[in-house]
Amino acid sequence: MSKMRYIAGRIMGYRLFLPLLCLAIVLLVNVVKTPSFFEITIRNGVLYGYIVDIMNRSSELVILSIGMTLVVAASGGTDISVGAVSAVSGAVAIFILGGGQTSTDFYHAPYLLGFLAAIAVGALLGAWNGFLVAKMKIQPMVATLILYTAGRGIAQLITEGQILYLRVDHFKQLGGFIPGIPLPTPVFVAILCILVTLLLLKKTALGMYIQTVGINSKAARLVGLNSTRIKFLTYAFCGLCSGIAGMIITSRVYSIDANNAGLNIELDAILAVALGGNNLGGGRFSLLGSVIGAVTIQALTTTLYAMKVSADQLYVYKAVVVILIVALQSAELKRMLKNLRVRVAVQTGKEVA
Amino acid sequence: MKRFHKLIALLAVLMMVFSLAACGNNSKSTVGTDTGESTDNTQSSGDAEATTDEASAPSDDLIVVGFSQVGAESDWRTANTESMKSTFSEANGYQLIFDDAQQKQENQIKAVRNFIQQDVDYIVIAPVTETGWDTVLQEAKEAGIPVIIVDRMIDVSDDSLFTAWVGSNFLQEGYNAVEWLAGYLDSKGRAEEPINIVTLQGTIGSSAQIGRTDGFAEKMAAYSNWTMLEKQTGEFTQSKGQEVMESFLKSYDDIDVVIAENDNMAFGAIDAIQAAGKTCGPDGDITIVSFDAVAAAFDAMIAGTMNVSIECNPLHGPRVAEIIQKLDAGETVDKLQYVEEGVFPAETAAEIKPTRAY
Repeated sequence: MSKMRYIAGRIMGYRLFLPLLCLAIVLLVNVVKTPSFFEITIRNGVLYGYIVDIMNRSSELVILSIGMTLVVAASGGTDISVGAVSAVSGAVAIFILGGGQTSTDFYHAPYLLGFLAAIAVGALLGAWNGFLVAKMKIQPMVATLILYTAGRGIAQLITEGQILYLRVDHFKQLGGFIPGIPLPTPVFVAILCILVTLLLLKKTALGMYIQTVGINSKAARLVGLNSTRIKFLTYAFCGLCSGIAGMIITSRVYSIDANNAGLNIELDAILAVALGGNNLGGGRFSLLGSVIGAVTIQALTTTLYAMKVSADQLYVYKAVVVILIVALQSAELKRMLKNLRVRVAVQTGKEVA
Repeated sequence: MKRFHKLIALLAVLMMVFSLAACGNNSKSTVGTDTGESTDNTQSSGDAEATTDEASAPSDDLIVVGFSQVGAESDWRTANTESMKSTFSEANGYQLIFDDAQQKQENQIKAVRNFIQQDVDYIVIAPVTETGWDTVLQEAKEAGIPVIIVDRMIDVSDDSLFTAWVGSNFLQEGYNAVEWLAGYLDSKGRAEEPINIVTLQGTIGSSAQIGRTDGFAEKMAAYSNWTMLEKQTGEFTQSKGQEVMESFLKSYDDIDVVIAENDNMAFGAIDAIQAAGKTCGPDGDITIVSFDAVAAAFDAMIAGTMNVSIECNPLHGPRVAEIIQKLDAGETVDKLQYVEEGVFPAETAAEIKPTRAY
């Protein structure tokens, strides 16, 4: 009995337990409502099913939430420009590859050039955010607000306000399928991003540095860490992630719509970090928590579609579930539950006596 | 450490160049008198600034029209601008003062005040938002300049603040969709079969979404064999349209018709259908009914993946010119005027496309 309680305690004490539990609950609702939800079949030589959709559609959010986690951890602030930066990156890629034409069906430049340019622009814009936050000590939300608004303007400037199409099958592969591989490409890109970032954080002291700077930037400075540089790096990295996400977003629709590409995705990315059990005040962080958070958000959207919730009620349902998840993970609720348990124990103790 | 500083300085410079470029594009006014002028010219650079001075001395024999446009966010908008520019050309006896508001109402209000100062004969506004027009339109009224609203409607306390409105009848577009679909199913001999329909709605609450959804629902009631399986919003974007369609395809095995409330969502739906191993279009399993009829929709119809696109006509220029001519002759005009809108099925797409202005 005590051993079981010990094991249960260990599982519940595991950092990712609550985020995973929330994801599981969101998914399990479907067992009741949509029994076919977990079916995976093969169609057209690729895997087909709701679960594949969730993995596929959450990819760009996962990538953005990786960058966002590091930004939050190091600076205790959020980067609200990621959606706009994605749009700029996508616009740059399509502008270069499509030669600036409204609609074209062949590459005007090598794919690699467009891809690297898009990511470089993302990193550059991220570095600008980093400069404002780390060096100029502007509050992160204010600093990134600049690109949040100006970013879409820059993207529109590049596209001249039009939707640019690039109808090349090869370009669609990043957001679709590579022939012969049954899983959507974005899933692989997301996994690759997670692995590289984890390696970077665990194999070097970077993860610890970020955490230290986030907990107390002045103290970190006193022990010899360059807090400014670390904060700067996290923003630049977040911009890089936005660039990659922007490539996936544009590849999915083989076009760039500067007004709508990655619209409001920054809010989902911040939510993903929060749902992952991370403190938005900075410091200790869990990358995998954010990844689970991102998948949970997409799982929720897909679930609501599968449950045939009508469009005007969609956001209400989403809001309710998000409130429940966040409340479930709040430290205050844990404390209240603990108090309750103690009180009950005392009560029963008295009755026995 | 020093290298790091240099890097930051370099980045800062680059960013400043970026932001300068962004600023340079703000609030420009151009005098578009040349019919051949494309919107790209007004888009690309700041060299068009300060040309308003020329316009401040309008010549006597031309009717001077000030037009404040929303921006250039879509093909539709560009075609709308183009229609105005080609209609109000000098050859036709007009002088057009064009202002691109870059999606900002404050720019539009500024532009209207400029028009009043320049004492133009008519003001045409394609409003960014519905509300917030009372003050500036009152100023125009006091200056005795008639105001014509195009595209979106405005919400003012006093209807006499604008002379006329020209735009699309979204409800009628919904009716048109039902009418075409009924005729199409009839021609395929499927008039009596049960027909399963799903709808990709636009952004909930937008006038296009409300009109098209309600119009379709109203006329659809006459066909008892049609079933609306589900309606879900695709927010007028291709990526959301694709995502929602993916979900529809998994929920229902036997979708016969997809109604996409704009062309972009239809493109997304077509991708989703093809990815699921089904076919769509005139020769496919699923019939695609779309709205707007932008150029890319004609491409899709020629490629055989879309069945029909119901037009949302951006060519407001001629109708506005008609109103202005009547007003100039001292006649009264109807307050609300709808532009004529066509239905373009795939069969005619190839021959119609070259004649399309957008």
